Amino acid sequence: MDGSKFDDGSSDALSGEQKIRNFNINFGPQHPAAHGVLRMVLELDGEIVERADPHIGLLHRGTEKLMESRTYLQNLPYFDRLDYVAPMNQEHAWCLAIERLTGVEVPRRASLIRVLYSEIGRILNHLLNVTTQAMDVGALTPPLWGFEEREKLMIFYERACGARLHAAYFRPGGVHQDLPPDLLDDIETWSHEFPTVLDDIDGLLTENRIFKQRNALIGVVTEEEILEYGFSGVMVRGSGLAWDLRRAQPYECYDEFDFEIPIGKNGDCYDRYLVRMEEMRQSLLIIRQAIAKIRDCPGDVLARGKITPPKRGDMKTSMESLIHHFKLYTEGFHVPAGEVYAAVEAPKGEFGVYLVADGTNKPYRAKLRAPGYLHLQAMDHVAKGHQLADVAAIIGTMDIVFGEVDR
Amino acid sequence: MSEALKELGTHIELKRPDCVLGWDVTHGELNVDVALGNIAGFIEFLKTDATCKFSSLVDITAVDYPERAKRFDVVYHFLSMYQNHRIRLRVAVREEDMVPSITDIHPSANWFEREVFDMFGILFSGHPDLRRLLTDYGFRGYPLRKDFPTTGYTEVRYDEVEKRVVYEPVNLVQEYRQFDFMSPWEGAEYILPGDEKTDEKSGAK
Repeated sequence: MDGSKFDDGSSDALSGEQKIRNFNINFGPQHPAAHGVLRMVLELDGEIVERADPHIGLLHRGTEKLMESRTYLQNLPYFDRLDYVAPMNQEHAWCLAIERLTGVEVPRRASLIRVLYSEIGRILNHLLNVTTQAMDVGALTPPLWGFEEREKLMIFYERACGARLHAAYFRPGGVHQDLPPDLLDDIETWSHEFPTVLDDIDGLLTENRIFKQRNALIGVVTEEEILEYGFSGVMVRGSGLAWDLRRAQPYECYDEFDFEIPIGKNGDCYDRYLVRMEEMRQSLLIIRQAIAKIRDCPGDVLARGKITPPKRGDMKTSMESLIHHFKLYTEGFHVPAGEVYAAVEAPKGEFGVYLVADGTNKPYRAKLRAPGYLHLQAMDHVAKGHQLADVAAIIGTMDIVFGEVDR
Repeated sequence: MSEALKELGTHIELKRPDCVLGWDVTHGELNVDVALGNIAGFIEFLKTDATCKFSSLVDITAVDYPERAKRFDVVYHFLSMYQNHRIRLRVAVREEDMVPSITDIHPSANWFEREVFDMFGILFSGHPDLRRLLTDYGFRGYPLRKDFPTTGYTEVRYDEVEKRVVYEPVNLVQEYRQFDFMSPWEGAEYILPGDEKTDEKSGAK
């Protein structure tokens, strides 16, 4: 596969004057298959990739630096802008970190709503990833069908928090507002309609000859490589390791939900596609269970206290509540000194926040650990020896979004 | 959970007393302070030891404490997918110290170390390719140090006359707004104009 020989075993006749050197190309930053602003310097021998050097940072906004000069609550919306494909899952990690340090117990109803919306986020992400990866390898219809469903899901986001993408819905101590009454019914109806759409996409892709040829045995990842390169999420499960933080280190109330963790067998792009499709079905199960549980569990959605705003009604009658509200939204709440690492199973893998608090109203240091960062790092290793056209398929399957890679 | 972590902490300290400066379990997480010289060997031990088996590197980052002599804390996070536990290592580092690179033990450390170099200016000895990663080509300074201003020093724009992108010193049309929201009851020290003189007087007496 090194390109020096032809299929029949013959090779190019070399005369003394000829000089063969590898060809360097710039993949991106404006390439549609780069999924954002990735500049990758590829060294090619014919069509075979010899070396891939990703140049990242074109979307670097200095989020971590900005976070150091803002209060904990003001920092929350930055998390929507990391992985903007599944915004609420990122917020979740931030809230968990703060709750761990302050020792706040989230009310059960809020916890269930968080699970519900995390799973909606997972479907949002996988729908985008599966269908655009299919587009990278030549299929045009799946994204059109997938985006129609994404639109419906984003309307569920909008009905809960008022924004389609940049939600800022999960707050330290719960979620911002309770869900409107008929929203749960609509999500449930959708959850019964969605499998048909999933089957349609399945019918387009799973047994499609071109899709299989472009994905099967491409970008194979072994158990050893997973450990060496610190992969997480679907990149791990595609290779047969049943590692899922929702199951292994349960956070929120995931331990009471009944779902299965799909795993692949060969660790190639095709298996990862199958895993993502199955994960969407499992997420639907969780969504249905969560809806049933939320219906049985009325109550408050915020742990009322120092780090959450008072009820609107209290504010109108109690001076203390009014002062509390004012102080919370200007000064912000204080988090006791300490450090904590909170991780969630985001759709792309393990998304973590390392938070160092110094007892004031602003984080002393916050480090965002994005799963895509490690996946992209392994690009050189995984893409080596593949055809140039496979690079697009591999970027697609690694599920890279530059909001979180560049931060 | 924390019982198991305490056991693990004792085990690590027993096996490697020369590396461990101290350890504790807080917020359900195991923290270990490690001496700078032994870090690479210690991480190798954590990876191979059967009880620890910290097979995957989760994160490397640094924290800047400008007031300390050992200015930086380099922080490592590891995860064991087999034993299902996590660990955090902290190494205190002077500004001029070189930290041994662990890219030989965990290839995934490559970009993390580049990022720490890029953001804090900490050098890693033995790293194969210590270039800047996230900042602009030709960037100067280390943005995540506490003495680096959030606005930075340069700004870019496209110059219509020169037909290229030009770099200029930052020019703020409005003062950078950094409100002091600390509560007057806890923390903030307000010194009224003129008050500093009385302090000087009483000090002179």
